[in-house]
Amino acid sequence: MLKGHQSWIFENRPSILSTGTIGGPFEAKGKIPEAFDILHEDMWVNQDSWEKAQQKMLEEALQTTLKKARVEKEKVEFLIAGDLINQMTPTSFAASTSSIPFLGAFSACATSMESLALAASIINAKGANYILCAASSHNAATEKQFRYPTEYGGQKPPTSQWTVTGAGCALVAQNGVGPSVTSATIGKVADMGMTDPFNMGGAMAIAAADTIEAHLRDMQIDPSYYDLIITGDLGHIGREVSLDLLHDRDIPVEAEKYVDCGITIYREDQPVLAGGSGAACSAIVTYGHYLQEVIKGNLQKILVVATGSLHSTLSIQQKAPIPCIAHAVSIEARGEHL
Amino acid sequence: MGDKKKQKLKPNQQQYQAFQQKRETKRPIFKNCVKAFLVGGFICFIGQLISTFYIYQFNFTEKTAGNPTIATLIVITMLLTGFGVYDRIAQFAGAGSAVPVTGFGNAVISSAIEYRSEGFILGVGSNMLKLAGPVIVYGVFSAFVVAIIKTILTQWGGF
Repeated sequence: MLKGHQSWIFENRPSILSTGTIGGPFEAKGKIPEAFDILHEDMWVNQDSWEKAQQKMLEEALQTTLKKARVEKEKVEFLIAGDLINQMTPTSFAASTSSIPFLGAFSACATSMESLALAASIINAKGANYILCAASSHNAATEKQFRYPTEYGGQKPPTSQWTVTGAGCALVAQNGVGPSVTSATIGKVADMGMTDPFNMGGAMAIAAADTIEAHLRDMQIDPSYYDLIITGDLGHIGREVSLDLLHDRDIPVEAEKYVDCGITIYREDQPVLAGGSGAACSAIVTYGHYLQEVIKGNLQKILVVATGSLHSTLSIQQKAPIPCIAHAVSIEARGEHL
Repeated sequence: MGDKKKQKLKPNQQQYQAFQQKRETKRPIFKNCVKAFLVGGFICFIGQLISTFYIYQFNFTEKTAGNPTIATLIVITMLLTGFGVYDRIAQFAGAGSAVPVTGFGNAVISSAIEYRSEGFILGVGSNMLKLAGPVIVYGVFSAFVVAIIKTILTQWGGF
């Protein structure tokens, strides 16, 4: 049901039955290794290209999710997923091997919450019984396509971020045991004329702040309604910028209750500069870490605001600015009602 | 960022960029320069050792020792790149490891390795000079321009 300008309330409270998270060797050494169902030692995942490795990890995430929920693949009506590679081929190949009717979703690193919001919306409208939603990224595949890998000999500035290798998946269902998806806010694209792909956190911060503001306005609630507001991959700089922006707009978000997946996933001594990023970042940390905290009862209500910068290599070379987006999804422990 | 570019931005964009820039971690320029100076100097020192070795052991002259020295440095770079060490040096040293010939070697070798999965022709062949290509193009072009200037000066200038 539409609420306000750009938000949905899911009155039927679709639930997240299970999740599957896969990570690479660098993530295994991070701050939250327990958030992963499978951790790979090898960046190649026994495949012959980085792209195939990413596909493999996404397939594993889908399988793990279904296995944990004990739901057969045939029962799942739709798969909504996306990634960062050109035309999302790793996702399409994984969708092909899983043979579940597939909807591709692209919001760069905000794909995780775009797919979750769409899945919850379809489930809420009784358009399906089970929907899998997923996002994946691979550090080497993404660097190869988008950025300027340090392997080429360039030095990265302290504002740049480290793409997460892995995949995160969630199974959304009509009813069942698990946290509920209660509402979602679809963000607008923000373009602040920022052109530096080595500072995506700084560029995306405004999108996160805008979406949080819109969500609170549409839902007519206060930031204190949530135990935790979790941003996708803003990193240290983006987190600070967005928090200051929110305070500037008189939205009293508490700094201790404002966390970022890109900061949560890695340890401080890992060479990730401003923090983690990538489509898998928010998916893994939300599904593998914060959602588990909701299940354990340590958190009751969380708002996940996944952020994405929607540039391409071409747009950067043509000196076009970086368009940014953020989508917010509210997840609550079962038994709570709005 | 140039002033010209800033003028094109809307006021709210300018305001946001200024807001953002205040919170941005700046590149530690002085520290980077010192690191680049030391590492770059160290690479040249190794080059000098190799060059001296060739002059005294193999009867090269100071002029002819250049090519084998560069070849040796590139072979060393190839190993460092292949074993994943050079990128760590690069993140530490910046220009210090990018400017010497080893940086050029690393750029060619690392892109060749990266595109191996797309095959030898379309992958390695067309991508190995992805970064080194512009260096060659503008290197050759500027050499050409300088050569013309030199020719004009020496032929007609009477120097």
